[in-house]
Amino acid sequence: MTAPQTTGIDAVPAGGPVRLSARGLTLAYDDHVIVDGLDADITEGTITCVIGPNGCGKSTMLRALGRLMRPRAGLVELDGRDIHRTPTREVARVLGVLPQQPVAPDGLTVADLVARGRHPAQRWYRQWSGDDHEAVARALEQTGLAELADTPLSELSGGQRQRAWISMVLAQGTDLLLLDEPTTFLDLVHQVDVLDLVRELHREGGRTIVMVLHDLNLAARYADTIIAMREGRVLACGAPTDVLTPGLLREAFGLEAVVVDDPVTGGPMVVPIGRSKDD
Amino acid sequence: MTPLAPERGARPEQVRDRLRRSHRTLTLGPVVLRLRPRLIIVSLITSTVLAALVALNLSLGQTALSPAQVWAHIIGTDYEHYFTVWRVRMPRVVVGLLAGAALAAAGAITQTIMRNPLASPDLLGVTHGASAGVVALLAFGGSYGILTGGPSASLGVPAVALIGGLAAGALCYTLSLRNGIDGYRLLLVGVGVSTILMNLTLWMLTLGEVTDTGRAMVWVAGSLTMRTWENAAPVALALAILLPLALASSRTLDALAHDDDVVRGLGVDLGRARTAMLFLAVLLAAFGTSAAGPILFVSLACPQIALRLAGASRPPVLLSALVGAALVCAADLLARTMLDNIQLPVGVVTGCLGALYLMYLLVRANRRTQA
Repeated sequence: MTAPQTTGIDAVPAGGPVRLSARGLTLAYDDHVIVDGLDADITEGTITCVIGPNGCGKSTMLRALGRLMRPRAGLVELDGRDIHRTPTREVARVLGVLPQQPVAPDGLTVADLVARGRHPAQRWYRQWSGDDHEAVARALEQTGLAELADTPLSELSGGQRQRAWISMVLAQGTDLLLLDEPTTFLDLVHQVDVLDLVRELHREGGRTIVMVLHDLNLAARYADTIIAMREGRVLACGAPTDVLTPGLLREAFGLEAVVVDDPVTGGPMVVPIGRSKDD
Repeated sequence: MTPLAPERGARPEQVRDRLRRSHRTLTLGPVVLRLRPRLIIVSLITSTVLAALVALNLSLGQTALSPAQVWAHIIGTDYEHYFTVWRVRMPRVVVGLLAGAALAAAGAITQTIMRNPLASPDLLGVTHGASAGVVALLAFGGSYGILTGGPSASLGVPAVALIGGLAAGALCYTLSLRNGIDGYRLLLVGVGVSTILMNLTLWMLTLGEVTDTGRAMVWVAGSLTMRTWENAAPVALALAILLPLALASSRTLDALAHDDDVVRGLGVDLGRARTAMLFLAVLLAAFGTSAAGPILFVSLACPQIALRLAGASRPPVLLSALVGAALVCAADLLARTMLDNIQLPVGVVTGCLGALYLMYLLVRANRRTQA
């Protein structure tokens, strides 16, 4: 096992080109700096999971990667172009973002929500097209929501609602997806359900996916690349086996843990012992 | 039994059929519009009700006219009550319905972009700005209409109301501008500015001559008395331009009903879109207010009524406008005929109706939170 890189800038993993990259990214809400001089690369055709303790800036970084917030300094490049200098509508045809706790108006049905994903493809004089129809139908099928198309969102269970939102982002038809904690508030079965869906999208649709996850073992299982953060910086970036080591867990989370082989996948599995004494 | 996605299993053609039913379209050459059958039916019914209310407004009053007489005057075969129909009742009902439509449309847009059913253009400073302007003009513009009499009575007051409303709206917008426009900040600033303007208005009312301030009070309450065709023209023109713009922006409004991050993710330039919609709402509200004074609660309650009638996820603009027009017509009918010798300002009636409705909404919202 090689030691994880502890610098911010990591080597581009073997494989496709870099789709999304952060260079010297500094992010702040008012005067409160959350992320400071961060570098990261997202490679084509991979699932990247961002992990780190609460408040480490993972969601903030994801928002910046998805041009939901403007960086204080540094830049985000999408396919080599400054994302904030690219028309937002153009970005929306390449990159879909699912924020952490998305809000929909009361009374919206599943099909209506999913149809919202077609917004970037529509114009005021072309409010619906055959492409829209097909994309929404496919997105509903992929997420298993076809039967619930006419159901109001408010009547769905947490897992179904999460799938409806993912379905909306899918209908956007982008090959790059950023998902901020897509498994929050879901029980384990539904977490696995959502992540299986994400993996299916990755394997069958060839999509590049970045998601923030809290559960280290699920991250280890579904990610090609893990980015571990602490206090607004990238501590390590690489394959799950390289990143999820007792040393890194101590450094990132202040957690004493044993890392064993996952009996199902053979990948790393984190078994926590307790909080580090010196933390 | 697999716990994974038990709903999977609808056949592809079933999904497409269902989608075809929920997403009907109307194609006119290159233009493809979403067609919402329920919205169309409800709009037709509301239009019918509105037409009936207009007819009642034209026939009821001190000189009661039969529907046949009213019709004869409209098509120009009878001139006996020409003055009553064409110079008194018709301008009044037309100004009322146009003002109601403008205010309600403004409310629909405001509630959508603020994502708040209790938001209204009253909270954007428009109403109180208009009131302050008009009271200042009437109280200090010279007694007995040096500035406000004659032709300027029908032009000066609405113009000042319009300018006052737009200025206050612009002030609220500027004060709440910081890294773009935030809905909550704008509402808070709006409440603050409105309170200041309201107190300014009350203070000015204590300064002016009693006769002048009396007239100002009637305006502030929202009244359709003495409305003329000159009052109808500006708001009609504003509606003719602004309503189509609002309807063409329906997809933007759909998107803006979500939280900021979802809106941005969908590729909407949030700052620009919200500012544009806000501008539409402020203009509609200012023109609506300038025509007949601040007719209370129309902009608050009508969009919510339209929302429920249409079973939509946000207040539909056109239906809100129709409901607004109908509500003001109904309220003015009550205001004119309820009490024998007293003509109530229409705003008092809409205010009472609106307050009841507001309480109902609040109670319902509370119940849902508790459930």
